[in-house]
Amino acid sequence: MGKVLMKGNEVIAEAAVHAGCKYFFGYPITPQSELVAYMARRLPEVGGLFLQAESEVAAINMVYGAAGTGVRVMTSSSSPGFSLKQEGISYLVGAELPALIVNVVRGGPGLGNIQPAQSDYFQVTKGGGHGDYHTPVLAPSTLQEIIDLTEAAFDIADRYRTPVILLGDGMLGQMMEPVEFKEWKEREPEQKEWATTGIRGDGKPRIISSLELNADALEKRNELLQKKFALIKQNEARYETFEIDDAEYIVTAYGTAARIALNAINKARKDGLKIGMIRPITLWPFPEQPFIETRDRVKGYLSVEMSAGQMVEDVRLAVEGRTQVSFFGRTGGVVPTQEEIFDQIVKLAGGVEV
Amino acid sequence: MTMKTVFEKTTGLTANQTHYCPGCTHGIIHRMVGEVLEEMGILEDTVGVASVGCSVLSYEYFNCDMTQAAHGRAPAVATGIKRVLPDRFVFTYQGDGDLASIGIAEAVHAAARGENITVIFVNNAIYGMTGGQMAPTTLVGQKTATTPFGRDGSIQGLPIRVSEMLSTLDGTAYIERVSTHDVPNIIKAKKAIRKAFETQKQGLGFSMVEVLSSCPTNWGLDPNESLDWIKDNMVPAYPLGVYKNSQKGDGR
Repeated sequence: MGKVLMKGNEVIAEAAVHAGCKYFFGYPITPQSELVAYMARRLPEVGGLFLQAESEVAAINMVYGAAGTGVRVMTSSSSPGFSLKQEGISYLVGAELPALIVNVVRGGPGLGNIQPAQSDYFQVTKGGGHGDYHTPVLAPSTLQEIIDLTEAAFDIADRYRTPVILLGDGMLGQMMEPVEFKEWKEREPEQKEWATTGIRGDGKPRIISSLELNADALEKRNELLQKKFALIKQNEARYETFEIDDAEYIVTAYGTAARIALNAINKARKDGLKIGMIRPITLWPFPEQPFIETRDRVKGYLSVEMSAGQMVEDVRLAVEGRTQVSFFGRTGGVVPTQEEIFDQIVKLAGGVEV
Repeated sequence: MTMKTVFEKTTGLTANQTHYCPGCTHGIIHRMVGEVLEEMGILEDTVGVASVGCSVLSYEYFNCDMTQAAHGRAPAVATGIKRVLPDRFVFTYQGDGDLASIGIAEAVHAAARGENITVIFVNNAIYGMTGGQMAPTTLVGQKTATTPFGRDGSIQGLPIRVSEMLSTLDGTAYIERVSTHDVPNIIKAKKAIRKAFETQKQGLGFSMVEVLSSCPTNWGLDPNESLDWIKDNMVPAYPLGVYKNSQKGDGR
């Protein structure tokens, strides 16, 4: 197909269309509004439907309704809007409905600003809404990777009947890079026997609900959900490593922070410092394996985040106190520079806790 | 001697026993909806959306595909379903706490968009499921758990007349307020429900039937007194009748 120069938000949208998504319900919010606008233009071309909802709350509930009919459906937002969607996400999990929810994160808390941030990590990985649950979270760090991960997100959603979150940030959403899409192929919509489309065939009504008034019965449902989460944990953890074999210290970062950290690591390597990197691609399930494999032989880890320190908690859990875990982050929409991260690496390699 | 069947239960409802309190008219309203779906022959083509509140379990009672929605969000959920399946019948079944309070935005905007869905709006002027608190439709002077001295308009605000309000929107095609306090009104109510589904069948846009209903438990009245209370107190505050009947589909 050849490479095209596109904006991150538009890449997510086109990737979703390529993945067979024909229904989008959304609400504008910076810095993801181009995604909404792209869908408004693009979906009618493929026989799909775009609808601008009156709020993020309505949008996620429209997604809930559409997901119940068995189609591939999505919504997108940015941090304050994503908070509003948490109600619906909890219901999607409870009713076991597949959908894609995109969060192009900006600085918070509250209205914050429209600059890139990673401060929604807790919210997306630890449940966010009410009840005991997790949603798979995929965090691309390049626009090309967005294409693969958007399709993967829909596949995971369908495979496990769960909402999946694609986590970007304002930088990924707003930047432009050349990307290449796979050959276009029309997808046959998957038939889902649980979908509520009007009684068909067996004559038995289908019910989609997350309500279970009996405590024992609800506990059983929760146990089934937990089994599903365990299965997702076992099967879907993704990560990428960079020069960890001889590394004395390992930097870990995801998304935009990982891109910048990689440049800092390359510079450190040129200066003879043995630094490697683990880049989580799924934030939930958190990829513990590369940390388990390295934690007894490296001198320390440095978690670099565009937050006050959120993923670092999962790194510490994976490392189980066997090695020192340091943290460096910027907040409020400030993007850390390559030089800042390099300085942190130098300090770390010099035995100074950062 | 063979017996001729002169009356039987509608196939629009399942065999499940409902959980509603004695004297509550939810059961009557359920049956009217079920009968209409059966009579129109559309049970197999219908997806209903249950709300939060007393009617939260209505998915157990209607004999069609059903989805349970979060509090107030039923019109948004119904929008999602109908936009994917425009040839199916989609209805929501919502109480006044659900529709007129937490879900007022979803109701207004589904109506404004002219969503081709049918809303069955059950107004009993109180929150039933949560134990008799004030609803947006609670009458001035009405005592509830959260208006123990009677609703005072200067403190708790004034009741919302949903049918009147939504009928001002261009996207609405058919809106009628009916009551369940006696048999003639119940017969009118069923006709209105049928008309609402026929409006949807013709693709004319948003249709809603507001049904005045009783809540003996939380009103602290017996079932007969409750029916009188609807007639004497609710009907004057919520006048019955057709508020919108645009059969041209001009709102779409």
